[in-house]
Amino acid sequence: MSARWRDLARLAWRDSRTARSRLLLYMSAISLGVAALVAIDSYSSNVVRSIREQSRELLGGDLSLSSRTAFPPSVDSLLDTLRRGGIPVGRTTTFTSMALVPRAPAPRLVQVNAVGPNVPFYGTVETDPPGRYAGLQQGHTVLVDGSLLVELNAKLGDSLSLGSARFAIAGILRNVPGDIGIASSLGPRVYIAEKWVPETKLLVFGSRAEYDALLKLPTGTDPKSVVDQHGPTLDSAHVRTRTVQDTERSLTYDIQQLDRFLGVVALVALLLGGVGVASAIRAYIEEKRDPIAVLRVLGATSRQVLAVYLLETGVLGLAGATVGAILGVAAQLALPHVAAGVVPVTVVPRLEPRAIGTGIAIGVWVAVIFALLPILGVRRISPLEAIRHDAAGAPVRRMLSDWPRLLAFVALAASVVLIAIGRAGNVRRGIAMSAGVGAALVLLAIAAAVVARVTRRVLKEHWPFVVRQGLANLYRPANQTRAVMLALGFGAFLMSTLYLVQRNLLARLTASAVETRANLAFFDVQSDQVKGVDSLIRAADAPVLQQVPIVPMRIAAIGGHGVADARHDQRRASWALRREYRSSYRDTLITSEKLVAGKWFDAADTASRTGPWPVSLEADLASELDVSLGDTITWDVQGVRIPTIVKNLRQVTWARFEPNFFVIFAPNALASAPQTTVFLTRVIDPTARAALQRAVVVHDPNVSTIDLALVQQAIDGILDKVSIAIRFMALFSVATGILVLLSAVAAARRQRLREGVLLKTLGATRAQIARIMLSEYTVLGLLSAATGLVLSLGGAWALMHFLFDSPFSPAGPPLAVLALIIVALTAGVGLSSSRDVFAETPMAALREQ
Amino acid sequence: MLVVRQLTKSFPSGGRTLTVVRDVSFTIPDGAFVAIVGPSGSGKTTLLGLLAGLDTPTAGSVLLDGAELGTLSEDERAKLRGEKVGFVFQSFQLIPTLTAAENIAVPLELRGARNASVRARTLLDRIGLAGRADHLPAQLSGGEQQRVALARAFANAPRVLFADEPTGNLDSATGDRIIELLEELNRESGTTIVLVTHDTALASRAKRIIRLSDGAVVDDRELAA
Repeated sequence: MSARWRDLARLAWRDSRTARSRLLLYMSAISLGVAALVAIDSYSSNVVRSIREQSRELLGGDLSLSSRTAFPPSVDSLLDTLRRGGIPVGRTTTFTSMALVPRAPAPRLVQVNAVGPNVPFYGTVETDPPGRYAGLQQGHTVLVDGSLLVELNAKLGDSLSLGSARFAIAGILRNVPGDIGIASSLGPRVYIAEKWVPETKLLVFGSRAEYDALLKLPTGTDPKSVVDQHGPTLDSAHVRTRTVQDTERSLTYDIQQLDRFLGVVALVALLLGGVGVASAIRAYIEEKRDPIAVLRVLGATSRQVLAVYLLETGVLGLAGATVGAILGVAAQLALPHVAAGVVPVTVVPRLEPRAIGTGIAIGVWVAVIFALLPILGVRRISPLEAIRHDAAGAPVRRMLSDWPRLLAFVALAASVVLIAIGRAGNVRRGIAMSAGVGAALVLLAIAAAVVARVTRRVLKEHWPFVVRQGLANLYRPANQTRAVMLALGFGAFLMSTLYLVQRNLLARLTASAVETRANLAFFDVQSDQVKGVDSLIRAADAPVLQQVPIVPMRIAAIGGHGVADARHDQRRASWALRREYRSSYRDTLITSEKLVAGKWFDAADTASRTGPWPVSLEADLASELDVSLGDTITWDVQGVRIPTIVKNLRQVTWARFEPNFFVIFAPNALASAPQTTVFLTRVIDPTARAALQRAVVVHDPNVSTIDLALVQQAIDGILDKVSIAIRFMALFSVATGILVLLSAVAAARRQRLREGVLLKTLGATRAQIARIMLSEYTVLGLLSAATGLVLSLGGAWALMHFLFDSPFSPAGPPLAVLALIIVALTAGVGLSSSRDVFAETPMAALREQ
Repeated sequence: MLVVRQLTKSFPSGGRTLTVVRDVSFTIPDGAFVAIVGPSGSGKTTLLGLLAGLDTPTAGSVLLDGAELGTLSEDERAKLRGEKVGFVFQSFQLIPTLTAAENIAVPLELRGARNASVRARTLLDRIGLAGRADHLPAQLSGGEQQRVALARAFANAPRVLFADEPTGNLDSATGDRIIELLEELNRESGTTIVLVTHDTALASRAKRIIRLSDGAVVDDRELAA
């Protein structure tokens, strides 16, 4: 009869008696990874649930119709019919404008929401003082974002100019359903009643506005059926529709993208945790050599011994994962505050059993699978070691001929790949991430072997004994160099890769104004206002860097086929066919453009003609429209058809602060077309810049300005909020990394302790022993950090290039700081080991022999 | 019980081959009390390891109760040890995280015995340590630890009990007590005792002495009763 599982479990429990608190500490490396996983998944589930529950409030109605131009009579007629049929219809017009108060030195670009009565149908707009939204339709008032009051140095009751109209500021917007608070950083919101829009005289030719109609459908009516029923009318009028389900779907997709990125952070923490567990279990098994040898003498089979230690690992893994799940739930409660203003819904935190269960299961699995290879080492412990300490264990077999180790390795690799695929949400990316991890580990193992060899050759006789002794431990038999470098180096690799990717992603979002000279733009300048704005700029001693004409137009036909027909062609993206284009004309390329196909316009292209005009397309747009050089496109410019032929394709750097265009015509093609103008200038002094903006807006209220300094400030504010959330989660990886470091160094501790005590017995002083350990651990830490960080440069470059399609820029100083921290921590742990040497008496060393 | 034929054990050492046990042959019948003696480095411990199935010979064979140990796998030898062999170590080798009673119960639990803890406490009582059942090894004296180790070795009622310098770490009075317990086991249960020691005075308590020198048997005689 053989031992029952209950007997083995009992033995496992008793065997771990005196090491439980230490093992739990190392298992907390798993806790942090599980906490990150549970927090992220629970929060995402909370947000998705909140979106589903609040989707009608997010849209404000059951169905929304939107257009970039005023609704044509056909759509107005449709809406009247629906209204007469008992379906409430609410109108909103949204556009940008400059807002000004008498006291403010400069106007501010704002987003004006002109709302009709009863809008929104669902949800409540909260104001301060309360209830001011209800009075918007009665008075000649505005409601504004709190930030606008601060920027304009205004207060409630002050007079706010919007175009030609003046309003009293009646209240502050506190919560508008469906709006992301963070967006107000870019353009503060101003709410007015729709009936005052004509008074502002802001909607002139070329002005950009969004016209919306919200519908409240009878209970049980499927919004999609209404869309299907009136599709032809809406389509031909270029009216876009959005149902509650569309809102829910699109927001859920966005949240899932955020979940995926943060999930990578959790994956890093989990992998780090696994590495920590592997180191800790290896050290634990090493300590247990004697009891294991005795068990073998007493009749335990290798399977029984394996079962005992697998049970210990499993139970401790479960404890660690459970603690992690509790931490994760706590973090989940904090995340809504961290991410406030970034998500468009009020998130109600709720326990998500599925996220908790999955997190615990993954945590336990990671703990067991990473511990499996070290645990398999117990098979090599011979019972002979119970009577002779110098007895060699069974020789290490090559993995390919040792099928349990091979299986364990395959299971470990497969687990990493599956978890990576699960977090990345994509098989290809998951495999690529796992391959990167595998490559890093292989390179670290090679580096460790190289270190051992090189150290042996480099050591010189005349070096101090303490340094030689410490460094010799890197290559002596049974050295821990490979294990420690793998754990430490891998930890450094993961943390550094995460940091570099995060840094590069955030930098990508920063407007690159360094490469351009302009810092102020005036747009929506009408033809009869050009001279006036030009004079005002020059009167302020500012240069006119660019004066760019803008002509709005739509595609009428491609290659002779009308847009309606072209839409059926699957090769052409419908958004590109339907949208309004703001195009321009000139005879030169600008610095944000690069020609990638064809030739630029020449003198012949500017001559008048009856045939097609040459036109330049942005390369990606050409791809979306499935057109290439020589293809013809007919444009509808305010009712006039203009045929064109694609002469060249350009690559555009969109992030530059200057007007960039999908379509550029040869000069003279649109000279007589109705157009607006954009002026770019540069005014260094902030006061002068504010004064110029004020002068232009007072003279021409419909002209809007963008001040790059304010844009940069707004983007910095958004980045701060976003990066706080990312860094909050990255803390889990950092904390895990520290635990991994401790367990990796602790793995070698027992042997160092034994040697240290023997040296002490032979007469070494405390200082000498401390210096020996310091030499060894400092070099280990330095080499591990250096290898890991160098590998992370490659890893981060690969992620930025293949995953984010963005340039990569290394960050030397921060990596150097990270390396120093790792070295300092490693050396610190090493030095603390030397303290333990002096706590142990020489008799202990003698008895061991 | 134990048949040893031309047993040899060699190790590679610094480019040479070191033969630690050289062509040893003897038979130990059931119920014997044998002492294997010899100076340090004579191969006693290596021979003990071979007899108990902890190691495999380079040449020759060991038959333990009819089973040739050299042909069994490591796990098969472990199972055989669990059923038929008891072992007492010089350094006691109690599992430090288990109490005295739990240490004694280990061999029983490994075989799936249902009344392991009851039997363990009975054995503890037999050796006069009933009051120390729940103490960890660190809380026991050397003599108490060795008595617990002896009780553990006897828990499964082994056919043969190997003792490797069982009194090496004990004072003489305590050591005497241990040997008395061994003699009792041999007398009352008929357990074969194989004792390895360098102490000739201790060896004289056995009924037969096998003397080793340089890995070979140089003397093998029964002692007068």
